[in-house]
Amino acid sequence: MLKIQKLHKSYPIGDSSLHVLKGIDLFVDKGEMVAIMGSSGSGKSTLLNIIGMLDEADEGDYILDDVPIKNLTEKKAAVYRNKFLGFIFQSFNLINYKNALENVALPLYYQGLKRKKRQEKAKFHLQKVGLLDWATHLPSELSGGQKQRVAIARALASEPKLLLADEPTGALDTTTSYDIMAFLQQLNDEGKTILIVTHERDIAAMCKRIVRLKDGVITEDNLVKQVRATVDV
Amino acid sequence: MFDIDLWREIFQSINKNRTRSLLSGFTVAFAILLFTILFGLANGLNNTFSKAFVDDAANALYIRSGRTTKANKGLQAGRRIQFKNQDYDYIKSDFDPSIEFITSRVYRNVLANYKNEKNSYSVRAVHPDNKYVEKTKVTHGRYINQRDMKMANKVIIIGDLVREDLFLSEDPIGKYLNLSGIMYKVVGTYIDDGGDDEERLIHMPLSTAQQLYGNNDYVDQINLTYNPQYNYDQAIDFSVALEKKLKERFTVAKNDQRAIRVFNMAMQNKGINQMTSVLGILILIIGMGTLIAGVVGISNIMIFIVKERTKEIGIRKALGASPKAIIAIILVESVVVTTIAGYVGLLVGVGVLEWAGPSLKSYFITDPSVSRSLVIAATITLIAAGTIAGYIPAKKASKIKPIVALRDD
Repeated sequence: MLKIQKLHKSYPIGDSSLHVLKGIDLFVDKGEMVAIMGSSGSGKSTLLNIIGMLDEADEGDYILDDVPIKNLTEKKAAVYRNKFLGFIFQSFNLINYKNALENVALPLYYQGLKRKKRQEKAKFHLQKVGLLDWATHLPSELSGGQKQRVAIARALASEPKLLLADEPTGALDTTTSYDIMAFLQQLNDEGKTILIVTHERDIAAMCKRIVRLKDGVITEDNLVKQVRATVDV
Repeated sequence: MFDIDLWREIFQSINKNRTRSLLSGFTVAFAILLFTILFGLANGLNNTFSKAFVDDAANALYIRSGRTTKANKGLQAGRRIQFKNQDYDYIKSDFDPSIEFITSRVYRNVLANYKNEKNSYSVRAVHPDNKYVEKTKVTHGRYINQRDMKMANKVIIIGDLVREDLFLSEDPIGKYLNLSGIMYKVVGTYIDDGGDDEERLIHMPLSTAQQLYGNNDYVDQINLTYNPQYNYDQAIDFSVALEKKLKERFTVAKNDQRAIRVFNMAMQNKGINQMTSVLGILILIIGMGTLIAGVVGISNIMIFIVKERTKEIGIRKALGASPKAIIAIILVESVVVTTIAGYVGLLVGVGVLEWAGPSLKSYFITDPSVSRSLVIAATITLIAAGTIAGYIPAKKASKIKPIVALRDD
């Protein structure tokens, strides 16, 4: 599903350059739920950005669902992002002047779907995250957990092959975090491949595999026994 | 190309950011407002100039006589020069190719009386050509004709104000009017762009007046229009030649300014034409300048908008928006804001001109207004301006890297 080989990435800083990723090899199969851990500066966000086609690697191969991701034009990258990937961000990144339903429908708009079809699909996904009643509310009227659920619904809307979550619980309290994780686990149970960048142990423990990054290299890559997130009902 | 969803996006964005849209629209609205008012005022000024001379044909020329101020060839100063019918004939035949229409004039003051209404008026006795020289517009009946001239018929044609004064709501055609004791048949009424003074006159055949008031062939003034194909310089040459010939005919000194005077509208018109065209160019430069300032203003604000929406654009890109889609939302928003704001400016400008127009008469500004073609041209310019103003910011927005946009949480 996801193949990364000898991936290098460095950022120029003044005259010198900062070597952030120093040869990453990573294979992820369909249906996996992988946590990428590491302290800040370990390169985990850079890795996620490259996987998310928001950034391009200097060296190495990246193959997503048998499609080599290399030398993309902006237009092509936009199409791939839309088709292959669903993003979940720490700060939700909802568009603040659009209501929940419109936010969820946005990737479908860029897919070129008809308005009616968009509304239908967006409603379906909003219902899936349990927020159909909140469809017409603006993000500012939603709680943090609700916002993240809307963001998840949005990520799911285009039915991507891969969900990328960058510290999805970073801005949430523990209860809400577990709630969101429980939902992500449920999605994974249904067969979605999920990549989560986190630095929280308990969140990582809720995945099926933990990849540890340190100074731009993978130091550990273990399958773990998944801790089910329990939701206080 | 018409994409209802794109428009939905634009209007949502404009609507959700009213202050921002208002601010960006304001510069353009103001620019167009200024442009409209300036243009309208210039138009008004133009109208005043042309109105001041619409009374008579643009190619009119007057010949008046007075007393000599200089002795010449044994004749004393102070001699009175009197034109007669033979002078009219002389001008008409000797300058034939240069003359379009020509009329002699005799002036008299009369007391007019119809039923209970009474008033004093000036009579202008003329040739039939006077109708063209004065640009008189006959509203009812007819004007003086050759037959009237030949027979010295006692017929008159009255100005619209005379009709109002004396006949009230009665139809004057065919009625008899008493002018200082002589009965005249009214055969027509007229209006004149020259205004009230012109419409408070009574026209009658020259021959009739000469016969009844003095029994002579004296002429007070000769008016003519020169060949309309003449340019200003040819017209001025003609009037100089005419004046020279007339002075020779009456043995008047070449440098005598009062004995025989030839007024030529060409001289005035030439100056006015030059002035209005210079004014027009000036207004156009100022207008374009204001518009450019408006475009720069809106471009500035669009750049600011792009900066402000960086994160949103980043999100959109992460969700799969192509650079083209990003350009479209910024560009179309710019065009929409520019066009709407420009139109508001235009409407307000037209409104101001309508409202202030009547009170500007005393400043030589008549009917300040903008033409339909200008409105259409302005619309096209606005759309173009919006495109130009939005292009650079839109291009900039399309180049935003989502990773950069999303980083600064």
